[in-house]
Amino acid sequence: MPALTELEGVYLKSKTDREFQKELVHLQRTYIGRPTPLYYAKRFTEHLGGAKIYLKREDLAHTGAHKINNALGQALIAKKMGKKRLIAETGAGQHGVATATGAALVGLECEIYMGSVDMKRQALNVFRMRLLGARVTEVSIGSRTLKDAINEALRDWTTNVRSTHYVLGTVFGPHPFPVMVRDFQSVIGREARKQILAAEGKLPGHLIACVGGGSNAIGLFFAFLDDEVRMVGVEAGGRGIESGEHAARFAGGSLGVFQGTKTYLLQDEAGNILGTHSVSAGLDYAAVGPEHPYLKDLGRVEYTYATDEEALSAFELLSRTEGIIPALESAHALAEAVKRAPKLARNEIIVVNLSGRGDKDVHEVAQIKGIEL
Amino acid sequence: MNRIDRTFRKLRAQNKKAFIPYVMAGDPSLEKTKETVLLLERSGADIVELGVPFTDPLADGPTIQRAAERALHSGVNLRKVIGLVRDMRPDCQMPLVLMTYYNPVFRYGVEGFVRDAVDAGVDGVIIPDLPPEEAGELLRFTKPGRLATIFLVAPTSTEERIKKIAGASTGFIYYVSMTGITGAKLSLDSSLPESLSALRRITKKPVAVGFGVSTPEEAKAMSESADGVIIGSAIVKRLHESPESLGEYISALRRAI
Repeated sequence: MPALTELEGVYLKSKTDREFQKELVHLQRTYIGRPTPLYYAKRFTEHLGGAKIYLKREDLAHTGAHKINNALGQALIAKKMGKKRLIAETGAGQHGVATATGAALVGLECEIYMGSVDMKRQALNVFRMRLLGARVTEVSIGSRTLKDAINEALRDWTTNVRSTHYVLGTVFGPHPFPVMVRDFQSVIGREARKQILAAEGKLPGHLIACVGGGSNAIGLFFAFLDDEVRMVGVEAGGRGIESGEHAARFAGGSLGVFQGTKTYLLQDEAGNILGTHSVSAGLDYAAVGPEHPYLKDLGRVEYTYATDEEALSAFELLSRTEGIIPALESAHALAEAVKRAPKLARNEIIVVNLSGRGDKDVHEVAQIKGIEL
Repeated sequence: MNRIDRTFRKLRAQNKKAFIPYVMAGDPSLEKTKETVLLLERSGADIVELGVPFTDPLADGPTIQRAAERALHSGVNLRKVIGLVRDMRPDCQMPLVLMTYYNPVFRYGVEGFVRDAVDAGVDGVIIPDLPPEEAGELLRFTKPGRLATIFLVAPTSTEERIKKIAGASTGFIYYVSMTGITGAKLSLDSSLPESLSALRRITKKPVAVGFGVSTPEEAKAMSESADGVIIGSAIVKRLHESPESLGEYISALRRAI
């Protein structure tokens, strides 16, 4: 608790600290490569034969995903707090890579916790983190995926709280993380809003983003909350809701308290956390950031899911029609666009958050297709 | 006055310290846990902490997490642990405290949990992932003397927070010996006695120390500045790996505290 109170204080101060904001904006521009483009996916649109689809190209941000927006921000916060060491959990490895990058940039030690199941399916990112100077620690207890990596990172933080900052990778965990991570990610929506107005002279009818913890979705949605724009969050439907092998918290979960957050969880009758399944490691998680249930209850955001199969097919479709290989996480958002666009008029606009690039998933997809690399 | 308050009052009058062992309920079975708890009582334990298995025990190290996995595997949950207490009560006179994470309680329903726990003969509850700031609902149903709410003070707790934690705690206060998780290696060179006397200036409530205590020597050192010593992972480990050596170990701990 004292660490959270300290973090909240430093974070709130940083919001109005002109030097801090100047450095953040400067690094966003010169290091991350912001603003990321908003790209009209013409052939993808024509293939679907309905609404115009724009992609917010977070895959073009440094390290290949939106995760860097938050990791860099928190690395600067950690430095301000005088911490010597960053730790983080990672599922798909993108947040681990982003944190290792942030640590290298500001000159801090770094240790990343990753479930052994995820280390296997994201071996490329494990090596990237090590190249960046981070220690990658395998978590081989529990379900050996993202939730266990978070448990382990929280245990490390509890132990080394005086020297260490925990860079939580999504809009989850105890306050102030959900708010702080949202604020660092909301640059996505602020840019997208300006860009779509410049390109089309009007706001989009729909925003679509995938939801694991929910940071890329909140990042896109936040700047549009007061606009007349429909928003859709897409969870991992895995092998289908009835199969029980999924990570669709809204479709198959209930209210609970987990890892410092009250939110929707996949849990059993006794309050134990259930195992999840998704083809994408980044969505393979039993809980969702608490602002999403809030937005759902307000009726502001609609939540749905895409199955592994639908995501894989969108993954291939975008690769072939646009020459863009999306992350399997982002492919869930694309799968919803595939369902939705043909039902809409051609003058309607959909913005999809292409939250990450798919290089990391190539091996996994080849394996699913039975191809040996 | 409930059993915990009576126990500490009696121990204080005799200038003794509480020996508080922890066992994971249902590891490997509820029958075995019952046997162990009765053995602990016969061997001089003053209070027993019963761990409620949870899939994601954040405050615990691998020893307790693995024990929880075994207990979950044998189908144990919060409702069954409450049932175990009810079942043991005719034979067991000492205070029994549940250590559980918050989600199983939340899922059970806080009001129903408190009612059923008290009815079964549970004396207190420790919820390591529930800080007093978030415990409003629990505290609404646990009137003092009904079900003790034992909150945790950490070495990093500020004076302001210690006041809040001490104020919300009944039965005793759980002082976490170090920044870390259960079963981690203890460093005895810490400023523990100093921190404990700072805590005692703030509160007169009994204070028990836990996390990382494993040898009788460590237990003895801890008992010098606290009202009680909690030993968990070391017992859980022994129960799993060499249950035949448990009796002797428990007696050594009892002599040391």
